[in-house]
Amino acid sequence: MRKFTLLDGLVVPLDRANVDTDAIIPKQFLKSIKRSGFGPNAFDEWRYLDHGEPGMDNSKRSPNPDFVLNQPRYQGAQVLLARENFGCGSSREHAPWALEDYGFRVIIAPSFADIFFNNCFKNGLLPIKLDADKVDALFNAVEANNGYKLKVDLEQQTITLPDGTVYKFDVDAHRKHCLLNGLDDIGLTLQHVDDIKAFEEKHRAAQPWLYA
Amino acid sequence: MSAQTLYDKLWNSHVVQQDADGTALIYIDRQLVHEVTSPQAFEGLKLAHRKPWRTASMLATPDHNVPTTNRSGGIADPISRLQVETLDANCAEFGVVEFKMNDIRQGIVHVIGPEQGATLPGMTVVCGDSHTSTHGAFAALAHGIGTSEVEHVMATQCLVAKKSKAMLVKVEGALGHGVTAKDIALAVVGKIGTAGGTGYAIEFGGSAIRALSMEGRMTLCNMAIEAGARAGMVAADETTFTYIKGRPFAPQGENWDKAVAYWKTLHSDASAAFDAVVELDAATIRPQVTWGTSPEMVTSIDGRVPDPVSAPDAVKRGDWERALAYMGLTANTPISEIQIDKVFIGSCTNGRIEDMRAAAAVAKGKKIATNVKLAMVVPGSGLVKAQAEKEGLDKIFIEAGFEWRDPGCSMCLAMNDDRLEPGERCAATSNRNFEGRQGQGGRTHLVSPEMAAAAAIAGHFVDVSKL
Repeated sequence: MRKFTLLDGLVVPLDRANVDTDAIIPKQFLKSIKRSGFGPNAFDEWRYLDHGEPGMDNSKRSPNPDFVLNQPRYQGAQVLLARENFGCGSSREHAPWALEDYGFRVIIAPSFADIFFNNCFKNGLLPIKLDADKVDALFNAVEANNGYKLKVDLEQQTITLPDGTVYKFDVDAHRKHCLLNGLDDIGLTLQHVDDIKAFEEKHRAAQPWLYA
Repeated sequence: MSAQTLYDKLWNSHVVQQDADGTALIYIDRQLVHEVTSPQAFEGLKLAHRKPWRTASMLATPDHNVPTTNRSGGIADPISRLQVETLDANCAEFGVVEFKMNDIRQGIVHVIGPEQGATLPGMTVVCGDSHTSTHGAFAALAHGIGTSEVEHVMATQCLVAKKSKAMLVKVEGALGHGVTAKDIALAVVGKIGTAGGTGYAIEFGGSAIRALSMEGRMTLCNMAIEAGARAGMVAADETTFTYIKGRPFAPQGENWDKAVAYWKTLHSDASAAFDAVVELDAATIRPQVTWGTSPEMVTSIDGRVPDPVSAPDAVKRGDWERALAYMGLTANTPISEIQIDKVFIGSCTNGRIEDMRAAAAVAKGKKIATNVKLAMVVPGSGLVKAQAEKEGLDKIFIEAGFEWRDPGCSMCLAMNDDRLEPGERCAATSNRNFEGRQGQGGRTHLVSPEMAAAAAIAGHFVDVSKL
């Protein structure tokens, strides 16, 4: 997994609540058996005027000029500013794969759906929960200022605004450690092989029908 | 030991190891596998030269991509076909039990797990699918995971997790005529919102829940995720044991007695404390119909499409306005005046035998309305289909003008050829009314099987409690 330490990134505002993972990456793209290449189809139904299917040349499709990601001032954005319950619905990890492949490294919202939130950390994406009033203020600031960037420091757990204001954010210790060091969980978990085996033996004795 | 919730009991009995910050390794008893969220996980295993820790804990079936007609001819779409063939190849290579597309035991993963007795009380169950919460109906701790976690569970038999908070949704009293578990589920989502259960595991309790069949409990737990909760669960009781007994993967003989003795402990202790409690009165729940693009945008058959002017705040007002525009609805329209184009009966929410029976009872001797272009019934598994045919339900549907299809996820998410065209309006027994969910530009109204069948006959929504 790609490490995340520091970012000074352009912010794009996606001003709607309950953005679901079907919207982030529509079902037809889930037929892929790969982990990569979903970026051009992130938010496909909102982003293009025509209907997208796997295998299309996306550079030849008509972008929807009204969709915020298509506006010239937000090109190259790495920070997605969103509203409450971002990433709800389907557990598809294709959603964080698509956002990461698009170029996002940080998502800021007042709240996230649990499965999506968890999936982000497995893919070098940092989801940050901020109070709704701070998110509101950021929406106003981004819309008012071209080229609005935020500095995100995972080690310090801070977001620094262009005017020098610093917001602290929470992240749990295990996820922070993995993200800072680009570590995948499997290797870490396999350091506990003996614990798992010991548990399994005890569990088998208590509930033998699970192993029949 | 102090009083424990069902969730405490399930969690505590699976902790392998726990860090100071609460991050734990949780042992997983059952992993269900389908074709969409597993190929990258199997590939990850292979790249790292790893093998699944315990293949006997896995059960696989293709469900999202499979066609629901002319199945003997294979899958026409080459990309879908490759995904299903990849599942077949991976299961063969690693020795995972798979019910392939033309096996009568094939079906939607959340229908076949319980049907086979592969979902048991006290288990931890995971699957790369958010509707894994369904299995909590058996007093199991079951939730959806991402593909990285699918690979992690394959490789280590464990999941890295932190304990959620516990919520009790208590539904007391008796449901009225024509009111179902689906209506409870939608009423709960409407009450607490799609993020109301975020960070929680929900236990459904109360006399109305105890009175539900296993099918009804599965419908309810299935939609816990629509309220934001990864896991939903119901205490084990005689209804649970009766359902499981004799199923292929269920314990037998001496093991059965031992298992039941343990399963009888799988309920919240009388004085157990929950972090949140939500109460509903079953008698006041009416048949539900969603009007918008989120399951929380729901009202009853007596209701009207809401006016965004009355939304509680500016963000919600914007969401409601967008939803009405997408749905092609005008504020204040009575729900019963909304005309539909298509009907979809099926899915992991409502694709079980009881759902087929309920819909057939409404359709019996009737004909679908002339404005309904397509009404399809998609059983949740090959065995549900066979049972329905044994009972003659297929004939009732076909005579009424419905199409009787082969099992799979079908038009719940439209990964196969079953989908809505732009602007088409559908009464669906599935779980999500998101924009584009049933096909780009498609408009979904979530309802119970009875309500969907009645809408097919009338051509618009009608109050099944008055039929």
